[in-house]
Amino acid sequence: MRKLVFCIGLLSLVFRLSSQETTFKTNGPDDYREGKHAFTNATIFVSYNQKIDSATLYIQDGKVVKIERGSSPSGGKGMGWIIHDMSGKFIYPSFIDIFSDYGMPETKKESRDWNPQPESNIKGAYGWNQAIHTDFQAHTNFTVNDKAAEELRKLGFGTVLTHKKDGIARGTGAVVTLANDKENLTVITPYASAHYSFNKGSSTQDYPSSLMGSIALLRQTYYDAKWYSAVSPLSAGEGSGVRREFNINLEEWNKQQTLPQIFDAGGDWQKILRADKVGDEFGVQYIIKASGDEYQRVDEVKNTKAKLITTLNFPKAYDVEDPYKAIWVSLSEMKHWELAPTNPAALAAEQIDFAFTLSDLEKKEEFLPALRKAVKYGLDSSLALKALTYNPASFVNVYDKVGSLEAGKLANFFITSKPLFDEKCEINENWIQGKRYEVKAFEPKDVRGEYSLQISEPKKESKNFVLKVTGEVASPKGLIVLNDTTKLDVKLTNKDNDITLSFALDKKPNTGKFLLTGTIEHAKNQWSGKGQNPEGEWLQWSAAKTKPAEADTAKPKKDTTDYTKNLGKVLYPFQAYGNEQIPMQQNYLLKNATVWTNEAEGNLSNTDVIIRNGKISSVGKNLSCSDCQTIDATGKHIASGIIDEHSHVAISQGVNEGTEASSAEVRIGDVVNSQDVNVYRQLAGGVVAAQLLHGSANPIGGQSALVKFRWGYTPEKMKIEGADGFIKFALGENVKQSNWGDRNTTRYPQTRMGVEQTYYNYFTKAKEYEAAWKTYNASLTSKKKSADVVAVPRRDIELDALAEILNKKRFITCHSYVQSEINMLMHVADSFGFKVNTFTHILEGYKVADKMKAHGVNASTFADWWAYKYEVIDAIPYNTAILTKAGITTAVNSDDAEMARRLNHEAAKSVKYGGLSEIEAWKTVTLNPAKMLHLDNRTGSIKAGKDADIVVWSDNPLSVYAKAEKTFVDGILFFDRDRDEKMRQWIRSERARLIQKMLEEKKGGAPTQEPKQQKMEMYSCGHEH
Amino acid sequence: MKKNEVASGWGIGKIFQSVFISQICFISLPVFLFAQSDVPTPAPKQSQSIYLTHATVHSGNGKVLNDATVAFENGKIVFVGESPSFKTDATMGKVIDCTGKHIYPGIIAPNTKLGLTEVEAIRATNDYAETGGYNPNVRAAISYNTDSRVTPTIRSNGVLYAQIVPQGGTVSGTSAVVQLDAWNWEDALVKEDGIWLNWPSLQSGGGWWAEPAASKENKDYEKQVRAIKDYFREAKSYSLEVAHKKANLRFDAMKGLFNGTRKLFVNASRVKEMQHAVAFAEELGMQVVIAGGRESFLIADELAQKNVAVMLDNPHSLPAYPEEDIDQPYKTPAQLQKAGVLFCLSIPGGFWQERNLMFEAGTAAAYGLTKEEALASITSNTAKILGIDKTIGTIETGKAATLIVSTGDVLDMRTSNIEHAFIDGREIDLDNKQKELNRKFMKKYGLN
Repeated sequence: MRKLVFCIGLLSLVFRLSSQETTFKTNGPDDYREGKHAFTNATIFVSYNQKIDSATLYIQDGKVVKIERGSSPSGGKGMGWIIHDMSGKFIYPSFIDIFSDYGMPETKKESRDWNPQPESNIKGAYGWNQAIHTDFQAHTNFTVNDKAAEELRKLGFGTVLTHKKDGIARGTGAVVTLANDKENLTVITPYASAHYSFNKGSSTQDYPSSLMGSIALLRQTYYDAKWYSAVSPLSAGEGSGVRREFNINLEEWNKQQTLPQIFDAGGDWQKILRADKVGDEFGVQYIIKASGDEYQRVDEVKNTKAKLITTLNFPKAYDVEDPYKAIWVSLSEMKHWELAPTNPAALAAEQIDFAFTLSDLEKKEEFLPALRKAVKYGLDSSLALKALTYNPASFVNVYDKVGSLEAGKLANFFITSKPLFDEKCEINENWIQGKRYEVKAFEPKDVRGEYSLQISEPKKESKNFVLKVTGEVASPKGLIVLNDTTKLDVKLTNKDNDITLSFALDKKPNTGKFLLTGTIEHAKNQWSGKGQNPEGEWLQWSAAKTKPAEADTAKPKKDTTDYTKNLGKVLYPFQAYGNEQIPMQQNYLLKNATVWTNEAEGNLSNTDVIIRNGKISSVGKNLSCSDCQTIDATGKHIASGIIDEHSHVAISQGVNEGTEASSAEVRIGDVVNSQDVNVYRQLAGGVVAAQLLHGSANPIGGQSALVKFRWGYTPEKMKIEGADGFIKFALGENVKQSNWGDRNTTRYPQTRMGVEQTYYNYFTKAKEYEAAWKTYNASLTSKKKSADVVAVPRRDIELDALAEILNKKRFITCHSYVQSEINMLMHVADSFGFKVNTFTHILEGYKVADKMKAHGVNASTFADWWAYKYEVIDAIPYNTAILTKAGITTAVNSDDAEMARRLNHEAAKSVKYGGLSEIEAWKTVTLNPAKMLHLDNRTGSIKAGKDADIVVWSDNPLSVYAKAEKTFVDGILFFDRDRDEKMRQWIRSERARLIQKMLEEKKGGAPTQEPKQQKMEMYSCGHEH
Repeated sequence: MKKNEVASGWGIGKIFQSVFISQICFISLPVFLFAQSDVPTPAPKQSQSIYLTHATVHSGNGKVLNDATVAFENGKIVFVGESPSFKTDATMGKVIDCTGKHIYPGIIAPNTKLGLTEVEAIRATNDYAETGGYNPNVRAAISYNTDSRVTPTIRSNGVLYAQIVPQGGTVSGTSAVVQLDAWNWEDALVKEDGIWLNWPSLQSGGGWWAEPAASKENKDYEKQVRAIKDYFREAKSYSLEVAHKKANLRFDAMKGLFNGTRKLFVNASRVKEMQHAVAFAEELGMQVVIAGGRESFLIADELAQKNVAVMLDNPHSLPAYPEEDIDQPYKTPAQLQKAGVLFCLSIPGGFWQERNLMFEAGTAAAYGLTKEEALASITSNTAKILGIDKTIGTIETGKAATLIVSTGDVLDMRTSNIEHAFIDGREIDLDNKQKELNRKFMKKYGLN
């Protein structure tokens, strides 16, 4: 109550919490006020697309009563409006930000001690993961914060949807106004929305540590919640489906599903697609918070059908005056600087519904300039208003309350001096729930013009001067014109009806000044008052307007620049070496090369290859093709494209979810990053496809993504259609955390013995899980009594993946080094009735080649790595050759974005070490990896009918001197060394153009930012491979 | 069979008239085939004259001689030239017919941790980074382990010399040039050549490996540079005084920097960092070598003009920036060469990786260097930069007989295969632990 009393004491126009309207008691006599105001003669935007000139807005009790055309208030007896003359002013419905954390408690950041924390440290009947905060409700935590509110009110905002931006599931949001009132009056919709993100926020729990882990956690929580509501609690009877727990987070999760679902997918546009994909799996259409780069793939963003909340955070120009520092600014950053302001217009052009948020702005006052910039860059101004009123309000179902000035809605509006999109427009007042908040005083009345100034001093003749008042209305300047050559400056200030003048009658320094003070009679255009002359004698003065202000001849130059012209183009991907047009499939005739077929016929000299519709259509001598582009490959070598069995390129935010012994539920496929420039670089090394693998931090890692390096395609379209599912396993030092420092000595397993038991444990669980589902499914189809129907088992996406392995629908690529553990995993697999598909790295494979052959496993190894840790001290570069000679399908892999560009070198090393034939050596990076990835029916050799994944090499591809000159994927020429040369030139000139443009902007006084060197995401298996 | 005059420097003056047919190329394997040690026995002093005949000799200084002979005695090359004809004479020494083969100077691996670590992940085996910021007085030579199992695997690819370099801190320590076939570090040591300084970075931070972020401007850069300058100025002042009230071991170790007997190797990669480091060295009158030199191609003319040598980072690296030419690290050597910069290739902080140094040179040759220039970047240029070029780095009369014989082009992994290697005329055992394991398991599976 103390706070309440304090508020009331401070405010002049308040709705006190009277006992009539509220449950609150009044201290002293009731002081209820109706708050009847009429704002006349204004230009009123009733809504984003309806404007009424010269109209009157009536409000009462904090709500809009009506808007009438015309200027005189329709009074009538007992109407008693407080009149505000708004001549020349503009009234807009106050803005709404639905991605705010206004009035939310601060998120406490616990300092992490870097000791492992596998479990949640929150006490109570909450869920298992600390990043799921569905128990949080904005309305129960909301407190008014006038300082924060004022910052937003100044910008025209009246309402926000606020939530706490912490965690992967963030609980509910509340719609509140920015009035400085008791919370009971400002909360409009308490339980308005549910919020999600990919960011674990303040959670100190280990899981999830990666983006793919966040996605898996979300998916599993959806399944858990579904199961939670489907299964009766603590029900009697048997069966695996009986739920034994009460779980606050799942209870709340289920309750929140009917609310608007808002997903914070900030980062880049790929996250919008990722969020939408999660939503699609569970029939949820999220409203997605984007980060302002949607224009880079606006068609894909549109396909999500999501409504967006986007940002006006347009990057500042980089300070690129020092060319050595300018190097650090990437082309994509420069281009984004130029194109970010076109983002809203790009969304509008695709008819995507979007709302703006202030949340990403470094300084909130950047908002209006940025909004105007968006309009200059092509956004229709009514759509700009829509994105701040109608859209946000309707996204969260409060358009019946706010977002326009229709009768019955909250009296939330702001008054401006000029149209909002005029650069000089100022917001003067923002009214919220019928209460006035002054932002900036209205301009004083215009006193400009020419005056006859008369001064009467005692005992002197009165003086007459011509006084010219010019300048801005708010800051007029005076000038006394003695004659054509002598003009004297007059300092002039005016406010309401008060005016002061001071001037000297001579330009010489130290001339004494006349000091005049007086009153303005605006109606008569007259001023008069008293003053003192330089001698200190009192005098009388007056001034009468003789001429109106001269028409503004020196009008500020109107900005007529067309900002939408001369902009750079969007690149696919939006990255250096991206294309303005994604390369298309064409038919090619490659003439007269040495062709490494990888088939029985071996290497063919002077041979042609025809590529048609993305496939190899024929291989032979003297072929012709009328609709083909012919490429003379005389003296060149044509070979099947390199396939990297073990790659970690093109992955966003974490390659390891190594926080638990098993993370079978995470999928690299959820986090493929099509923007990674390494995709292009791999193509330049003749690499066409790869298995993107989870890291090796835990015995059971995550699911792989098999991709082709389709540069410029979206993540989903890089994935190989219909490919089998794979999963990463790992053995040895990484999974037992041997080299992770002394803190990491508690996560199971810490020994190779424990690694084996981990597998037995998980596969046993997976078997039981499968059995439970079989029983359940059988119970559905049988016609037994309903009492016999068992409860539905809990869907577990981790065990799903493991069950797929048992059912030979998912295949293991296992990081492995020493012979004992290789042997072990084959035993585990045998005892569960499946086969290990591939041992990757497998540096001691040569010691158990016979056992591997018997098991039927493939090997994918490093050519010559060793000595980086204890388990590789017996690694030998002869491994590839021994395994191959022992009859095992053997590949050489990279595990490294750099080495992957020269896997041909690595393949050649098996000729040097162990004497494989060149053809055998070449297969270790082409056909053999295709076999172990189950892709050899479509790629990996040069044979009619297979995918045209082909590379033209300048030389024998095993030579250090060979360069990949052309790399085709599915018959599309994604890399061409000649084109690359042109691209380099283009990149140079495009950077130069943007640098010049940034310098211009700096010269124009715009703030800049320091260049920073971007660190690229670069992964290998773990810290130690 | 041609008859040739033998050069006057032909040692004790034997004249040969016909070929030693009996010795043709069978010499390479049998002796060592059943070596049982992970680390072969160091070879004894050259006891007889050795003649490598009919080879393509790549001198390391750009010259290539076809069908040539290299002869050496007492560890020194006594003849390089067109192959003479020999008369059978068992007393003359050993003749190895190298028809179709290539002879190169022994490869030198600079800036390596070889012998300072055995298994990187095991702390107990790591002896390359002393605690503290300024350690000019710690000597790499002291930790150098001649019995490393790694060294023989490097040697068998033709690397015969290495510059062993301490790591870490601001001044990491004093490096040592060693030959790679030795009983102990004293036996291995050729010279202690330089002091290593890590220049501050203009950009710092950048998240961690799982969550990379944009790096930040290093706000302390100037402060850090100032601290280095202060330290070196004090060291120089110390070096100019003869007598000291109290000795400072660190400053004592730096004296060579100011009297020209030690070089200053500075790890720096960005343009401004390199420029600042060079100016700093000039100011104090130190001979400077830029190590790393990631962006050296941008100021190649400037480096050439100032006679600053560059010990360049792996050509086998990714471009530093997305928009950089995709082959920039591959072609940097050619750009330095063109500008006239003295440079050599290095795999900084590598050890087992050094066996691939010659292939990095191969890549540089694929991207603009001639093969002989690429060879120089791992032999004669390196020797010049390390200050051992009077005896090492080229195949010339009077120089140490430190050379290798390869079946094919040594820079191309497709053909590179070292058949013989000599350090000071001593024929090195090219066996290693990995070959031994290969033999063991080939035998187990009955494979050939």
